[in-house]
Amino acid sequence: MQREGSPWRGLGVVTRKELSDHLSSVRMLVIELLVVVTGVAIVLVSLQQIRDVTAEDPFLLLRVFTRSGEGISFVFVLTLLVPLIAIGLGFDLVNSEYNQRTLSRILSQPIYRDALLFGKFLAGLATIGISLTALWMIVLGLALATLGVPPNGEELLRAILMLFVTIAYAGVWLALAMLFSVLFRSAATAALSALGLWLFISILWPMLSGHLVNVFAPLQAGSADELLGGLAIRQAVMRLSPGALFGEIVTVLLDPAVRSTQQSQLAAMGLALVEPGSIPGAPLPLLQSLLIVWPQIVSLIAGTIVLFVIGYVIFQRQEVRA
Amino acid sequence: MSQNVIEAQNLTKRYDGVPVVKGISFSVAQGEIFGLLGPNGAGKTTTILMMLGLTEVSDGQVRVLGYDPVREPLQVKRRVGYLPDAVGFYDNLTAAENLRYTGRLIGLRAQECEDKIREALDHVGLHDVTDRKVATFSRGMRQRLGIAEILLKDAQIAILDEPTSGLDPQATIELLEIIRNLKHKNVTVLLSSHLLDRVQSVCDRVALFSQGNIVLLGSVEELGRKVLGGTFNLEIEADGPGIDAKLRAIPGVGDVESLGPNKWRLKTDHDVRAEAVAAVTASGGKLLRLSPEAPTLETIYTRYFRNEQEGGRDAA
Repeated sequence: MQREGSPWRGLGVVTRKELSDHLSSVRMLVIELLVVVTGVAIVLVSLQQIRDVTAEDPFLLLRVFTRSGEGISFVFVLTLLVPLIAIGLGFDLVNSEYNQRTLSRILSQPIYRDALLFGKFLAGLATIGISLTALWMIVLGLALATLGVPPNGEELLRAILMLFVTIAYAGVWLALAMLFSVLFRSAATAALSALGLWLFISILWPMLSGHLVNVFAPLQAGSADELLGGLAIRQAVMRLSPGALFGEIVTVLLDPAVRSTQQSQLAAMGLALVEPGSIPGAPLPLLQSLLIVWPQIVSLIAGTIVLFVIGYVIFQRQEVRA
Repeated sequence: MSQNVIEAQNLTKRYDGVPVVKGISFSVAQGEIFGLLGPNGAGKTTTILMMLGLTEVSDGQVRVLGYDPVREPLQVKRRVGYLPDAVGFYDNLTAAENLRYTGRLIGLRAQECEDKIREALDHVGLHDVTDRKVATFSRGMRQRLGIAEILLKDAQIAILDEPTSGLDPQATIELLEIIRNLKHKNVTVLLSSHLLDRVQSVCDRVALFSQGNIVLLGSVEELGRKVLGGTFNLEIEADGPGIDAKLRAIPGVGDVESLGPNKWRLKTDHDVRAEAVAAVTASGGKLLRLSPEAPTLETIYTRYFRNEQEGGRDAA
């Protein structure tokens, strides 16, 4: 049956209202403080180490994101904290409308549920985007002020791409948190479920997946093809975690010398990937790096869409009564 | 005859195969205050949600202002204002901000929206709390803010779900007065309530619900005649000679019961207050008190089910 009118009528109004709510909320302030303080502290520590190698590295600015300060890099912090921001913003997006008894009143206005749900998602994503952009600019500003080396164009492009990928990564977790806020009427249950899943996927799965692969498909120390095939299985299992996908993308984007997503695993085994005709350690052009991680980027976006659609279908079928 | 603005035919709603609204049919005329009355869980809110296109119709059809809420929900929602049961507003926003959000969703221009907000809040007596956070509002104030939202929308039909539920007597009186004013603004009002006697004074016609069915439909007077056997009691206290005979002579008076010296109860088939006053005056007497005992919906509803049970028992 064809419905009359556009499903997006009122989308802009809902998005603006939700964005305003997010940006003025105490919750957002707390999240911002947590991320900025943690991120800046780590960057400051890593900057101390980077200063010693200023003359040796042509991609110095990118090292700010990847260099470990006291064993933790800025990217690692993002991998862990971005899901927390997204869950913090998304766990009560829909169920709060039920709990405040506003849903039936709002849906009795001339808009469809599509606009309400998508508007809330867009506002959440825009809020995270604003926060991450602010953090990104603080980090770059600190790096420029401390190192005194201006970034080249490619460095800047790679850093901008990293920012977009981080927002896409946040999108997956926001869509997941929103799905839970559709599924559970209690905000506490939705928050706990989302945090539980985050804990499992981000902390437990990397450990568990390694053991599972060792049991069912142990690495064969035979030919290079067998070894790479085994690593591919290991990676495929790991990629069920959005954090693993994000890690692979930023590793390749922020280090032009990385020529494969398996490079770090091989390095951990004391091996190196040498492609015929290539000069080991030579930087890849940006487009080449982007091509390597394109499937991972698409996967993050696809994951966001799938989770959003599941939430959308369930929300469309729910009764509006509180 | 007024045009019907709501028409429901064989309207049915089933949840998991279980019918909660069972093929009801009714119509609401333009400018009318129509009550959907009955106990909680009788199917009133579900019927309302079907009229607004907020829940699917399992069977039958409903048309609101000529539009099908299933296929043309936006057309219906543009013209119909809805005050849900225990209406909620965003507590972190002020009364004006909440209405501004609604105004934008409706598509009002900024200046037009501001003017209408002021006018609507004035109308419901909330002009002095325009910039106060809704978190501080009482239930009665929230209900009035909900009516302000309907006014902001220039709705042709106002659907009010349990508007007096949880209100104290004073707030109830004020809200019923606002509902009456909606009628004066040519807004058709459909209200649902389980508090029958509270809303009977404002309703032109009512539909009494029971377990998903409309069991009685009509004006309170019509239902009184149908269920209570056509009696309309009137108590009179008057001083003067021959009043008893004059009262008995009024057409429509079935019985005159003496309640004491100079006190009578008249059982009539319609409202004879004017004739009674004329009779007392004509006999040279002095009217001391005139008190109509109009049938209450509570009485009608209770009696209806007692009759049904007795009928069922007799049949058995």
